[in-house]
Amino acid sequence: MTSIPLKLPFKLNLSRPTNPTGVMDWITTIDHKKIGILYGVTAFIMFITGGIEALLIRTQLAGPELKIVAPDVYNQLFTMHATTMIFLGVMPLSAAFFNYIIPLQIGARDVAFPRLNAFSYWTFLFGALIMKSSWFLGGSPNAGWFGYAPITTTTFNPGNGIDFWIVGLQVLGIASLAASFNFIVTIINMRAPGLSFMRLPLFTWMTFITAILLVLAFPVITVALIELMLDRTFDFNFFNTKAGANPLLWQHLFWIFGHPEVYILILPAMGIVSEILPTFSKKPVFGYAAMVLAAAFIAFMGWLVWSHHMFTTGLGPIANSVFTITTMLIAVPTGVKMFNWLGTMWGGDIEFNTPVLFSVGFLSMFLIGGISGVMHSFSASDYQQQDTYFIVAHIHYVLFGGAIFAIFAGIYYWFPKFTGRMYDEKLGKQNFWLMFIGQNITFFPMHFVGMQGMPRRIFTYDSEMGWAFWNGVESFAAYVVAFGVLLFIINMIKSWISGPKADGDPWDGRTLEWSISSPPPVYNFLDVPKVESLDDFWHKKQKKNKSVKSKTNPKSIHLPQASYWPMLVSLGLAIAGYGIIYNLVVCGIGLAMVLVTVCAWSWEPVNEPDAH
Amino acid sequence: MSDETTTGIDNRKLLMWVFLGSDCMFFASLIGTYLIYKGTGNLDIGPVDVFDIPTTSVSTFVLLMSSMSMVFAYAYLVRNNINAFRIWMVSTIIMGATFLGFQVFEFSEFYFHYDLSPQTNLFGTTFYALTGTHGLHVTVGVVWLAIIFYSSLFRNSVSAETNLDLDLAALYWHFVDIVWIVIFAVVYLFGTFPGFPS
Amino acid sequence: MVSNKNNKTKKSGSHDHNHPEPITYFKVAMALVALTALEVVVFYFEWLGYAIIPVMAILSIGKFGIVVMYYMHLKFDEKLLTYVFMSGLILAVVVIMWLMALFGWFN
Repeated sequence: MTSIPLKLPFKLNLSRPTNPTGVMDWITTIDHKKIGILYGVTAFIMFITGGIEALLIRTQLAGPELKIVAPDVYNQLFTMHATTMIFLGVMPLSAAFFNYIIPLQIGARDVAFPRLNAFSYWTFLFGALIMKSSWFLGGSPNAGWFGYAPITTTTFNPGNGIDFWIVGLQVLGIASLAASFNFIVTIINMRAPGLSFMRLPLFTWMTFITAILLVLAFPVITVALIELMLDRTFDFNFFNTKAGANPLLWQHLFWIFGHPEVYILILPAMGIVSEILPTFSKKPVFGYAAMVLAAAFIAFMGWLVWSHHMFTTGLGPIANSVFTITTMLIAVPTGVKMFNWLGTMWGGDIEFNTPVLFSVGFLSMFLIGGISGVMHSFSASDYQQQDTYFIVAHIHYVLFGGAIFAIFAGIYYWFPKFTGRMYDEKLGKQNFWLMFIGQNITFFPMHFVGMQGMPRRIFTYDSEMGWAFWNGVESFAAYVVAFGVLLFIINMIKSWISGPKADGDPWDGRTLEWSISSPPPVYNFLDVPKVESLDDFWHKKQKKNKSVKSKTNPKSIHLPQASYWPMLVSLGLAIAGYGIIYNLVVCGIGLAMVLVTVCAWSWEPVNEPDAH
Repeated sequence: MSDETTTGIDNRKLLMWVFLGSDCMFFASLIGTYLIYKGTGNLDIGPVDVFDIPTTSVSTFVLLMSSMSMVFAYAYLVRNNINAFRIWMVSTIIMGATFLGFQVFEFSEFYFHYDLSPQTNLFGTTFYALTGTHGLHVTVGVVWLAIIFYSSLFRNSVSAETNLDLDLAALYWHFVDIVWIVIFAVVYLFGTFPGFPS
Repeated sequence: MVSNKNNKTKKSGSHDHNHPEPITYFKVAMALVALTALEVVVFYFEWLGYAIIPVMAILSIGKFGIVVMYYMHLKFDEKLLTYVFMSGLILAVVVIMWLMALFGWFN
């Protein structure tokens, strides 16, 4: 119970938190399970705010020439909706699963760098707050989630909104990079004995590939954002067309990042589905090695296709043809995965509960989104579809019907593990059908209006265009989806408080996280498991070995101790971020705080030598 | 937490290398921007007018020597010769600071003497951003080394057993050095080579 | 079943042995100085024309490689670290070269 005051070059003694409780526990925690829950809850709240923005958009578009929101507010709404869903919704929801599940699946006591993990959560939270605070500080970003320069330069966009977007994304980028460095090292270095790479659960594999993509893709957007920030704050000329700047530079840098980013969003979802389908089909996953190789190939090809977002910018026939071919190639490994999922279910004793329904929903919706994706991978055809609602339909089929459905499936699947309680199956099924039907009625007609030429990002349309009927239907169905999500929230809260108790292995699971109690003890595994095959836990259950009672005393397990510093470093970053927007002196203060807190962090031992 | 890792590689060392791989992408994007804009926009003032290859060769030499000094510091720390380690640390820090001094001199020369600012033209913009970002990396490296040096003087926390702390800083330091090797060739030498047909 | 290569190479704390002696470091430094000097000398060979690009590229890659192999001791470390770094480096070079090609840089 000792606490050693930190020796700093000046007087600042923050004693190390020992056994903190309540709020302090959550602020200083470095337990990957608690951080995972923090990530999940925060990201879900952000997902709700993004959903409210979407409902406002759909309400405005419900009929022709409506004036529910002003045009400039509409621009902010669609920008914030996309930015929120991608950077504050899907990515951190995936990160919540990484945090909670990865150490359990690889038989580790925690991630490789527990404090870095806490830092990544707090930085994500502050980045999200910076981004969202723009609503109350003079207007949100309004140039789309891709923020094409030069329209984001001060010449065309003098307000503060874009600055919030730049700073928010930079801070969120630091959070994502920190998390990805951590998970790459964790998966390479913290695996249980015998758990070789080709025995890793597929969700762990997808996390690994996602993290690699992320550490390579985020530096590119960081450079683009720094260049834009220099342009806006110090009048540099990167995107100043008057000085001869090339307006395509931003688009290229953005999409070099942006296309790998698409796979950063979908690969974790594929990993979740690859866990759920074998469990409930009571069969091993079909074509394990092919699944891994297909994902690796998708990730690699993700670097060679970025210009398919820019077919209509006049790259020329050779570039367009090359990017058409590389893009179409990606359909091959994606098809391999699709058939493997079907092969997994084929002949299986399938139990259609909520996680399976959402997974099958993922397969079908992602298939539709994938097919429309192949349609505009063809550059000649893309000239017709670029910037229309056809594209909006495509991205919502892959991101909502795809990524979000898989994330919901994952939440239901691992809910007993997270909370030690069972969710309500009936509410879960109602939730699924409302979301499934609602999403199809919302997004499928967008294919039609898109083909009729309705452009994206317009705040209203003329009644003579003939788009009114389907837009009205879409807006109604958007509320059905929202109602489905409401049922989900009710289910989660109700079940978390009063659901029936779940044991450690309610699904007859295949991977290591099911071999321990629900929720897992703070040290995860009493004895580090020894792995002998793929789906090792399931094979051991079949042998019906009576598990030997472990003789390890939980009190003898050393766990890294809680720390203030990760949160304080993130706070310094947030202050520096606001400083860039408002006052460079404040930015300097924030950076000084980062320097001091990083030193304190690095001088603080992982474990106090005499505190057990 | 067990100290053994699956691969036998220390976690922090692996983290550092993943970071450096990621940083390659960062500098490649910056250098790419510089090259894409090379020879475009307002060409009244460009690399040929401002660069002074002999001066920059000296500062490049200083940075290369600082890398050598860095490995000596590390070698002596591993051999538990703390005094020699401190001497080489001081020399590394001084050489790093000297390199930064050259850069400040270069920037002020360009700015005051040649009237080249980031606002002047695309060359100014991309040149200051690229070399400035590299300079910031060097600054971070100098501060990092200075903190380790401070720790060795006042905190007694630097020893042969904790040589990995220094090894990580050294990896970063050498990486900054190799980035400069690329910048020196691509920006300075190619920028002013008199033999290119015009 | 699948073999497990990674788990066989268990060695811990390998970062303090198998490093070269300071004299090697000094020789490496001299090689770096020589290559830099060569770069500056070649720079004044105007007759090289565009041939300067491959010449300079070879000299710079040489310096780059020497620093990475000896000063950053990748030559003496586990191969995995080389793969990690090289994958970032190669991808960066490929993507940026392709980007420059799209901007008509090599025409």
